Amino acid sequence: MAISTPRPRLKSPVSGAAPARQTATSRVSGRTFNIVALIVLIVFAIIWLIPSLFALKTSLTDNGTAALGASAILSNWNPTLASYASYFASGTIWNWYIASAITSVITAVLTVFFASMAAFALSRLRFRGSNTVLLLIILGIMIPSQVLIVPIFQELNALSLLNTYWSVIFPQVPAVIAVFIFKQFFDGIPRELEEAARIDGAGLWKIYWSVIMPLSRPVIAAVTILTFVGVWNNLLLPLFVLSNPNLMTIPVGLATVQGSFGQRYADIQAGAILAALPLIILYLIFQRRIVEGVTGSGLKG
Amino acid sequence: MTTATAARPRPRAVRNSGLTYRSPLQRKDGRSAWLFLAPFGVFYLAFLLGPTIYMLVMSFFNTSMVRTGLGSFAGFANYAEMLTRPDFWSSLLHTLQFTLYTTPPLVILAFVFAVLTNRFNRGQWFFRLAFFLPFILPSATISLIWVFVFTPSTGLWAMVETWFGITPGSGVLSSPNTAMIGVAIATVWWTLGFNFVLYIAGLQEIPRELYEAAAVDGASAWSQIRFITIPMLARTTTLVVLLQIIASLKIFDQVYLMTGGGPGISTQVSLQLITGTAFTDNRLGAASAASVLLFIVIIVIAIIRQLTDRSAAKKEA
Repeated sequence: MAISTPRPRLKSPVSGAAPARQTATSRVSGRTFNIVALIVLIVFAIIWLIPSLFALKTSLTDNGTAALGASAILSNWNPTLASYASYFASGTIWNWYIASAITSVITAVLTVFFASMAAFALSRLRFRGSNTVLLLIILGIMIPSQVLIVPIFQELNALSLLNTYWSVIFPQVPAVIAVFIFKQFFDGIPRELEEAARIDGAGLWKIYWSVIMPLSRPVIAAVTILTFVGVWNNLLLPLFVLSNPNLMTIPVGLATVQGSFGQRYADIQAGAILAALPLIILYLIFQRRIVEGVTGSGLKG
Repeated sequence: MTTATAARPRPRAVRNSGLTYRSPLQRKDGRSAWLFLAPFGVFYLAFLLGPTIYMLVMSFFNTSMVRTGLGSFAGFANYAEMLTRPDFWSSLLHTLQFTLYTTPPLVILAFVFAVLTNRFNRGQWFFRLAFFLPFILPSATISLIWVFVFTPSTGLWAMVETWFGITPGSGVLSSPNTAMIGVAIATVWWTLGFNFVLYIAGLQEIPRELYEAAAVDGASAWSQIRFITIPMLARTTTLVVLLQIIASLKIFDQVYLMTGGGPGISTQVSLQLITGTAFTDNRLGAASAASVLLFIVIIVIAIIRQLTDRSAAKKEA
């Protein structure tokens, strides 16, 4: 958004015949620079892809070959889906997927609703104490929720919520950064749009629900995806609040059983891939949204 | 940022337009505002501010998991214990070690990759995919992958070592001297994508004209990077470094999954000490004291971040 603002200040110095005089040497050095840059980039991109591809290759190898080591895995050309089949046959993986999906979806929905409502109040309504609320919000951004694991555990225990999906959902709903992201977006929506609705006699809820929210689809998508990914990937909280293997989210399930897998390396890598698969699919579909959302939350958070 | 300022003049226009149509709606705003804030507020109080206060209280008591209630008053005993425990300091030291190992590569590599990627229009998607994809993977996935890569003598890492004529040792993760390096390598691979997209976003805010002017003056590609890109991205770099320090203080997943804090306690980090004290030793009071200490360190850095960000924003304005 800010890309266009600095422009008018600078008068383009590249005008008239000036570029034509440019020395040939700098252009040539520019080209060699680009070639070197491209080679460096490709090499590093490949290095960055290798661990994932190696895991994928291992997961498609039989356990016996995988136990022999990296060179045996890489020179094996008999791909098999046996490891994946054994996961799906055992059934536990479905429980883990369900746990991850339920907790991620519900947390994302609640966060989007509650954070956008709070942001609406902060962006549009004038009330006493709004500065205090804003201060609490900024304070909340700084609170490292991971460090609160002990009191949160105690609280969930007191509420008898341990070993329920709610114990994973509730503590992750107050994502203060989401309020910030929504508020910033709402502040940019021109007020003429709601004034028309106000004159027509629309209440605040109607303005929030039928004017503001429909205009906020991009930011709703960003917050939904980021919350979903965050909850899906969370390890610390579900690790301590879920001890029933049937309720475990997929990262916790895998972390708990990996010890019992021993030398079944292909199975372990298949598990690693299965835990990531929904996120990889999500990333391929919403690539832009995810990158923009991560950038936005990083810059503000 | 630009959008926020654009919206600012509006309220005054509304106020000037007279009482007639403002009053019926705005008088009720007060109560409605609290209704809109309530759902989020409840969760905020119950699972963010409340636990923070409860943690502070518990840190002064001998609270334990086996008995209900806070237990007997302990004064500053929990703090005194933590501050004199060698494993408390060693866990902070491991965090520092981890920060020192991960920050330079995360800053330098992410910067280089972003600057280079930004030069190409075609094929950008491929580099974005390669560098960013690991960031969205669960910590469980990256840990399982890297533990396998680091398998002693037969793993992928050992294989590459032999290519370079190094005799693979007993495994990166099994030696107290190298275990944290192994965790750091996995982490750099995992989270580089985050800094990469921050730098890409920063690069796109640098006006093209600066480069064009430099090119007219005959500046080489290298000196354009040296004298335009690096200074213009200074703010992003500060942000990246501070976020990495905060992330390092909160590190848990990779260490727990890859080394379990071992060998011995050579990679044990603060959150592991906290959860161990709370859930293994059942000593919630002592764990809370350690949490509070870690909490304070993180808040101090978060405040530094806010202040540097604000002063940088002021300078730019």
